[in-house]
Amino acid sequence: MRLIILDDTAAVADWAARFVLQRVTEFAPTAERRFVLGLPTGGTPLGMYKRLIQFYKEGRISFKYVTTFNMDEYVGLPRDHPESYHYYMWNEFFKHIDIEPSQAHVLDGNAPNLVDECTRFEKLIKEAGGVNLFIGGIGPDGHIAFNEPGSSLVSRTRAKTLAYDTLEANKRFFGNDISKVPRQALTVGVGTVMDAKEVMILITGSHKALALAKAVEEGVNHMWTVSAFQQHPQALFVCDEDATLELRVKTVKYFKALSDEHQKMIASASVTQQHVLH
Amino acid sequence: MKAKSGLTRFSNCFILRDGKIIKEDLWIRNGKIANPEQVFYVEQEEADITVNSEDSLIVPGFIDIQINGGWGVDFSYDSENVEEGVKKVSKQLLAHGVTSFCPTMVTSEKEKYSNILPKIQKRQGGEHGATVLGVHLEGPFISLAKKGAHKDEYILNPEKGLESIKEVYGSLDNVILVTIAPELPGALDAIRGLSNMGIKVALGHSSASLAQGEEGIKNGANLITHLFNAMLPFHHRDPGLVGLLASKTDRQVYYGIISDGIHTHPAALRIACRTNQEGLILVSDAVAAQGLPDGAYRIGPQAVNVNEGRAYVAGTKTLCGSTTALDQSIKTFKEATECSLEYAIEAATLHPAKALGIDDRKGKLNFGFDADFVILHPKSLKVLSTWIAGECVYRSS
Repeated sequence: MRLIILDDTAAVADWAARFVLQRVTEFAPTAERRFVLGLPTGGTPLGMYKRLIQFYKEGRISFKYVTTFNMDEYVGLPRDHPESYHYYMWNEFFKHIDIEPSQAHVLDGNAPNLVDECTRFEKLIKEAGGVNLFIGGIGPDGHIAFNEPGSSLVSRTRAKTLAYDTLEANKRFFGNDISKVPRQALTVGVGTVMDAKEVMILITGSHKALALAKAVEEGVNHMWTVSAFQQHPQALFVCDEDATLELRVKTVKYFKALSDEHQKMIASASVTQQHVLH
Repeated sequence: MKAKSGLTRFSNCFILRDGKIIKEDLWIRNGKIANPEQVFYVEQEEADITVNSEDSLIVPGFIDIQINGGWGVDFSYDSENVEEGVKKVSKQLLAHGVTSFCPTMVTSEKEKYSNILPKIQKRQGGEHGATVLGVHLEGPFISLAKKGAHKDEYILNPEKGLESIKEVYGSLDNVILVTIAPELPGALDAIRGLSNMGIKVALGHSSASLAQGEEGIKNGANLITHLFNAMLPFHHRDPGLVGLLASKTDRQVYYGIISDGIHTHPAALRIACRTNQEGLILVSDAVAAQGLPDGAYRIGPQAVNVNEGRAYVAGTKTLCGSTTALDQSIKTFKEATECSLEYAIEAATLHPAKALGIDDRKGKLNFGFDADFVILHPKSLKVLSTWIAGECVYRSS
């Protein structure tokens, strides 16, 4: 595992975007050989999307041959509802770039048969050849996508009932009325993300500090589902200073001492080299 | 080769949507505004053509509900070749961002109505010119005391209500709006009858008290014609038609206002828009002299002199309509009232569409609406191009 500690959210956004840029550029995708990207929603990755759009506008990256899979979507929320993840992805990312509409996959929370929809999504990922890079954020309780505490760490894409904490946290987006928050969501499983060749988790803010500590310093535990990535061969946590507040000094110092190495990851070093030299 | 999606995307532009100017692309297809989010996720289509709009401003096409003519044409006078006249004006209006309008006939003798009205048909716009929404009939059922530039001898009372109206106008098929003075005998019956037929009624050229005005509204009228002009001045014990802006009517009352810097004092514009914000409609009330240099012209049966852009009844100092098109009125209005640009534009787009009951398809850039729009220079507001039903019908050279 790598832990990359940066000054603030802006630095996290920039680093994450540069990492995507580096990976896509080195992969040099074509129509026959597409780069497959797993994508999150929410406040944390917003800055990364903004930087990627900027890179696209500057002609430094193209998404023409990139296929994307989003992590999750609410069940029963209209697609054009401002809180739906379709809406988020369209407005914050897709409409600004050159991705092909048929290659941008978001789970359909309004599908007539949710089980079929989840099976279809897993099948699509398989057909795309698996995910090259899955980017995720986490909740304060350490959930990745909508894999709430207690989720199986080998789970696949499925419908999940949301934890009360999540409803409570999300009600601010629904006029502070908890009854309006969708109770269910479709989400990729922890196992689905684990299958990706690389995983990058973005964590910012002091309210996520405990989750980061649980993810990095304690054992693998389904109550903190993000801790599953301790067992992933190429997992990457990118965080800001605030998110390190619950970590041990020793942990922070060790990873900060590696920052020169980390800079190489978004610069010249090839992916194969990076995977061997930590 | 991919099949054509028929989609055009205007990128790098600012658009007026939901009362705000926002940085957003505008997508159109088959003459309508398309919803790109749905196109992306459901149809999984991309645009055939992407137009780089270079930071210009895209707003709905302007709608002029009161225009008597222009470029030498007077809709009320040239009865023989009125079709040609309407065509000419509708074509010229494109350069001013006007995509829909109501050709307006002033008080005329009875024969004129049977001659002219059938010839001004509602017509979808295009390269040939702006959409003709229907005729606005201003008179002859108006008050003699507030005739303005209208001729005395043709002014009538609608004694028998709707019947009188039909007697004078003949078929009302081509009519969308009628201006009536509500205090005249039979007027309320006429207003009710017209409203029931789906024709909008405006109150104007009238000495009505507020109570009489309110009766007019109760009976179906929802507009006031060129506020402040040709009506009683505001009086605090009986505010007259002007009082309708603040009276407790059930429905929104709309009012046309001429903002050419001449007809209405800037302070009067401010009073109106602060009193009844949603109801304000910019109208050109333009006459044949619009688009023409100073000289002698005709408005209805009268001779008109144009001097330094102002149109007067010949030999008098009575103003008889303006020579300013809506694109300029918007700028004048914004400067006079210091209102937001969004509001100034809505006063020439959304508000007239609402007043005419066509705001389910015109006056906004919402998804599914008619792709009638104007591309403006973001600073000078100069009309760069005009589009009707998704077709470019004018481009400034």
